[in-house]
Amino acid sequence: MDIIDRRSNPHGKNLENRRRALERARGAVQKAVRDAVANGKIREVGEGKAVSVPADALHEPGFHRVFTQGERHIILTGNHEFSRGDKLRRPPSGGGGKGGGPGQAGTDGGGEDAYRFILSRDEFLDLFFDDLELPDLIKREISATETTAPSRAGLSNDGSPSQLDLGRTIRYSMARRIGLGRPKPAELDEIEARISELEDIRPLSSAQLEELEELREKRGNLRQRLNRIPWVDPVDLRYRRFAPTPKPSTRAVMFCLMDVSGSMTERMKDLAKQFFLLLHVFLEKRYKTLDVVFIRHAETAEEVDEETFFHDPRTGGTVVSTALEEMLRVQKARYPVQQWNIYVAQASDGDNSPSDTPQVVGLLDKEILPLVQYYAYIEVTGSGAIIRGETDLWQAYRSVAEKQPHLAIRQVSDRKEIFPVFRDLFARKTTGEASHA
Amino acid sequence: MTGTGLLYQGADWNFTIIRDCYNAIEEIAEKELGLDVFPNRIEVITSEQMLDVYTASGMPINYHHWSYGKRFAGHENAYRRGLMGLAYEVVINSNPCISYLMEENSATMQALVIAHAAFGHNHFFKNNRLFQEWTDPSQILNYLEFARGYISRCEEIHGQAAVERVLDAAHALQGQGVNRHSGSRRVDLKDEQARARERRAYEDSSFNDLWRTLPKGSEPELAGDGERQALRRRLGLPEENILYFLEKHGPRLAAWEREIIRIVRLIAQYFYPQPQLKLMNEGCATWVHDRIMSRLHEKGRIDDAAFMEVIHSTTNVIAQFGYEQGSTSFNPYALGFAMMKDIERICTDPTEEDRRWQPDIAGNGDAYGTLRHAWAEYRDESFVLQFLTPKVMRDFRMFRLLDDTRDPYLLVDAIHDEAGYRDIRRTVAASYDPSTWYTEIEIVDVDSFGDRTLRLEHRTKSGQVLAENDMKLTLNALADLWGYRVVLEEIDTPTGRVLLSHEAGKA
Repeated sequence: MDIIDRRSNPHGKNLENRRRALERARGAVQKAVRDAVANGKIREVGEGKAVSVPADALHEPGFHRVFTQGERHIILTGNHEFSRGDKLRRPPSGGGGKGGGPGQAGTDGGGEDAYRFILSRDEFLDLFFDDLELPDLIKREISATETTAPSRAGLSNDGSPSQLDLGRTIRYSMARRIGLGRPKPAELDEIEARISELEDIRPLSSAQLEELEELREKRGNLRQRLNRIPWVDPVDLRYRRFAPTPKPSTRAVMFCLMDVSGSMTERMKDLAKQFFLLLHVFLEKRYKTLDVVFIRHAETAEEVDEETFFHDPRTGGTVVSTALEEMLRVQKARYPVQQWNIYVAQASDGDNSPSDTPQVVGLLDKEILPLVQYYAYIEVTGSGAIIRGETDLWQAYRSVAEKQPHLAIRQVSDRKEIFPVFRDLFARKTTGEASHA
Repeated sequence: MTGTGLLYQGADWNFTIIRDCYNAIEEIAEKELGLDVFPNRIEVITSEQMLDVYTASGMPINYHHWSYGKRFAGHENAYRRGLMGLAYEVVINSNPCISYLMEENSATMQALVIAHAAFGHNHFFKNNRLFQEWTDPSQILNYLEFARGYISRCEEIHGQAAVERVLDAAHALQGQGVNRHSGSRRVDLKDEQARARERRAYEDSSFNDLWRTLPKGSEPELAGDGERQALRRRLGLPEENILYFLEKHGPRLAAWEREIIRIVRLIAQYFYPQPQLKLMNEGCATWVHDRIMSRLHEKGRIDDAAFMEVIHSTTNVIAQFGYEQGSTSFNPYALGFAMMKDIERICTDPTEEDRRWQPDIAGNGDAYGTLRHAWAEYRDESFVLQFLTPKVMRDFRMFRLLDDTRDPYLLVDAIHDEAGYRDIRRTVAASYDPSTWYTEIEIVDVDSFGDRTLRLEHRTKSGQVLAENDMKLTLNALADLWGYRVVLEEIDTPTGRVLLSHEAGKA
């Protein structure tokens, strides 16, 4: 008998198989991931989600029979009440029809359940955004909003005394001293000791006198060299150098603005929610910290929590500029533009009191757009939208968007359009114009 | 030979404890129970590795395929959600016989698994006739290694997609890749590898009946039925082993594709006996561990706490739920163990009823010998037919339902009473008869003079036709490998009437 400890053997033998299964189910997994997003709460999307893949994506077919009609016997256990001849009602799904005979699951080996893959948040988001290109826009914004921090950048010959690198300086000086042959002080001491020793002897023999002469000459040379070659020379000095290094800011805030007046139906809010959700998930992949601010408005605007934002309707007229003002107030109070990447997503049905629209345009153009990385305006349209044509608000936003490319406006009328619209917004190729901030 | 005191105390184990337990267990297994086993190899693994082992049907090595990834996800899920315990045992029918112990197990569980797998299953693998006839445990690991290497070389040369296409199709036809009736077919897997390349080279250059299109000059009248019959004979038709037929006669397959089909077929063949012996195999292993662990306790080698743990886990394993808990089938551990306990009882302490039902063994006093004989000579179906006694039927409170689709109700037509015993026993046995779960499909003809259409027949059983969706997918896979049209007819067995006709592939 052998006992072998295999625990240290390579693990994850099935990673390759798992990868292949995922690869095969990719389309289905992706759809499942998107469905999971559709039902999620904004902040919770993708957290350790088990994603069910419909069985047919990974189905392994084979020839097998089904019981459709005729007679068969079934043996069961645990009889406490039946006697021979008793008649039982068929289980509800029965009736011998297509594919649904009683007790079928046990005997036919047919029906497979959907397969569930537990995806990490990263796997989840990767699949989710698989076919989304990283928009150039985002890259541009990151570089435009850099903050800088000093970081070590080698050594230099000049700098402030506080940045003197002593170790390096001494090393250079020693190299120079050795290279130029600077005499050691001990050597000089030795000669001087010998000289004073000889000077004390009276009378000196001629040999001693000769030696003394020689030594005195040598001492002169040494002293000269010592003076000429300094211990530390300015060329030895080395200072630590710091260079300002651009550091991408990793914080972002997303403002969700929504019209909640009576004209926004539940369905419209749902569409808006879909969009906010996507934006949130997308931004979260980019930034270490992502704040979300929910602002709803009717005639007046206020900051609320997610629950209230989506599920607490109000009625009354609509004054869009109130939301923009509220957004600016929150931004000024909590999100200084030097430190935060600011995104705004606004959803509305396009209704606004006509007198307010010029106000909105002014706020957008002059105050908000200069602050933000990207402003996405989604107009959710009811079924009558085509007849109504363009709303006032839409026309107003369009006029601004023509000048300011980081204001994007899109119309959405159906759930299934959300993702394409989102893609359209974020897969967009920007055309230069590096700075606006 | 080893000491006589406690083997261990508490839950912690180390390799010395495992070795001591093994020795103590081996002594009981060989000297008292008379078990005869392949040399054992015990491997300690982590739970993650155990999931890998589960996935590969218990094999330590296998080729890559997405379906194993899918299976792994399924197991992992069930495990994570607590629907499935690991731990118990995985044991491989190989020589040496490999048993896996999971590192999380307590010392008692390690001992129990050794008794269960390294002796129970191992003895069964080595001595059961069906296993002896069908499997070659000394070669299987080498063969799997060869298969893995061969398939990954194919992937390098021909691309993963091309290999997957063949594997997917071959897997779909796996159930039709076994020789069932034509006597002993134990393949020498070692020769198999050695000859693989040579065989391919030869077959590539050899003559293929299906390609014979030159008209025969003389004897034109024989080109009719006579020649057809001769060709059918040469092709070995009718043939139930579809994979075998494809491998030999598929006109459009490349040599490496044939080899892959052969690999899938041989592995399917290797696993063919397992489902026919599940009840007995699990029953045997459970009975053996129960007996050995009891003996260890009687001999003072394990303490009361450990023995309680043994009883607890054995009870879990042999739990049989009734129909009210939604159970529609037997737990093989439960029924197998109950029947073997019953045999033991009949041999040593028979009742009047036992003497009537089991006159051959009642009171013979040799329970272990009787069990060893049963383990060697029977398979599930015949074992139930021979040994399922009224007592076990009563204990399980078995009853039988007649499901006649013409009636709006299900009829209880037998229960566990004098009138019902034989009916119930017959039906239970029939449910273990492989012919009730294997689908009878045969290749009956190849139109080798025309468009090379492959003709298959499904001999249906009382109103059971093939599940349509799966049938279509599988037929497409078959047509894909065959390369030409494939026709499948479903035949009503008693009347010979064609119930349904399907086809796939282009002419």
